[in-house]
Amino acid sequence: MRRVVVTGLGIVSPLASGIEETWSRLLAGESGAGTIQRFDASHLATNYACEVPLGDGSDGTFNPDDWMAPKERRKVDDFILFGMAAAEQAVRDAGWMPEDEESRLRTGVLIGSGIGGLSSIADTAILLKEKGPRRVSPFFIPGSLINLISGQVSIRYGFKGPNHAVVTACSTGAHAIGDAARLIQWGDADVMVAGGAEAAICEIGIAGFNACKALSTKRADDPQRASRPYDADRDGFVMGEGAGVVVLEDYEHAKARGAKIYAEILGYGLSGDAYHITAPSEDGDGGYRAMEAALKRAGLTPDAVDYINAHGTSTMADTIELGAVERLLGDKAGLATMSSTKSSVGHLLGAAGAIEAIFSILAIRDQVAPPTINLDNPAVEPKLNLAANAKHEREINVALSNSFGFGGTNASLVMGKVTD
Amino acid sequence: MSDIADRVKKIVVEHLSVEEDKVTENASFIDDLGADSLDTVELVMAFEEEFGIEIPDDAAETIQTFGDACKFITDAS
Repeated sequence: MRRVVVTGLGIVSPLASGIEETWSRLLAGESGAGTIQRFDASHLATNYACEVPLGDGSDGTFNPDDWMAPKERRKVDDFILFGMAAAEQAVRDAGWMPEDEESRLRTGVLIGSGIGGLSSIADTAILLKEKGPRRVSPFFIPGSLINLISGQVSIRYGFKGPNHAVVTACSTGAHAIGDAARLIQWGDADVMVAGGAEAAICEIGIAGFNACKALSTKRADDPQRASRPYDADRDGFVMGEGAGVVVLEDYEHAKARGAKIYAEILGYGLSGDAYHITAPSEDGDGGYRAMEAALKRAGLTPDAVDYINAHGTSTMADTIELGAVERLLGDKAGLATMSSTKSSVGHLLGAAGAIEAIFSILAIRDQVAPPTINLDNPAVEPKLNLAANAKHEREINVALSNSFGFGGTNASLVMGKVTD
Repeated sequence: MSDIADRVKKIVVEHLSVEEDKVTENASFIDDLGADSLDTVELVMAFEEEFGIEIPDDAAETIQTFGDACKFITDAS
């Protein structure tokens, strides 16, 4: 099997647009949460979220004009805009915009989303009701379909290899990166642009997640303290938005062109809960098996894991995952550090697994675990170091990132320093 | 230029992000102004909205240029 490495990174997050801007704020323990600005959410049970900071593009703000021309942007939902921006950052970072046909034929795209163009669907449904079918835009469908980030990215750069998309709720980003790595391992492509994007902070998105009792509702007066994984006072997740995209590459291909290599994708494991549509089983069996499978694929024993980027959404399920990780690591649990970066950026749903894989890669690069903020009063006494409220500088050779989604779909990625 | 032509031009400039002086009598939406087939569908919808008229699909297919659009709308209004 060919080895797969990461050579480019791109992020649009509630902390900032851009890798370094996001990462430095994450390490500093900042929160991307606030009262929802995009629309009037005062009538909803939750009126706060982690929105991408819009601006002129300076100081980490996200300026849509920097990433898509206004004419094109009008035709796509924001999840595609975020995905295009993260993909542009990643391919630039990787220095991979080949002009020759052979390279383009060997480069594919696999960027997914949990929900896709939710606000476009909602707005168009209202338009249909109010003005009739003749007012429905020809760009409604191609601007809302989940695989259209992959389509748009391929068109922009001429990438003619495998063109695919993943839809597995909150595991989407991790599945996309794992599946894309396998396409390279199997020789279907030499380079894959992979990740996830989401833009579901809209009236119907908040109302929908409120209805299934998934969102935090109690901290309208202090939104930055609302996402608090593992804390006894957590009351649900805080919705985030944005995108994470990586450039994955066959190791020999990356070496041959002298690419900067961040890390290697060592393992990828998948599992299903077969239990409940929104809740994990009490024993965390699904997550446990995904982690176990990823480590097996990596040829590593659990004690090799230095850092775990948890799924940790700030819901009741946090302690179930914690229990599964502690069971996996056994008597070595005390040696590992685990944090939930959702405490800072919220839950980016289909983009979560992708940006969290990127945070894991940066943790390896900089030898530091980002903090779990707002962890003031742990719900249970953890055996692991949860990097509570402060980053944890330590040796990190191997990192594992967990993503679990509605429907009982689980993915774990194992990433490590590249060794010859 | 008539009021109708001004309004049509404004829509074309907005939707296709083209310079106003490119939108001439014989300018083809697809060949000269960078539109694709979906753009032209959207343009026709915008004309319908702006002028409160209905442009049937078979008529829409005959609207290829700025001049075609102005003529159709003038006749229909």
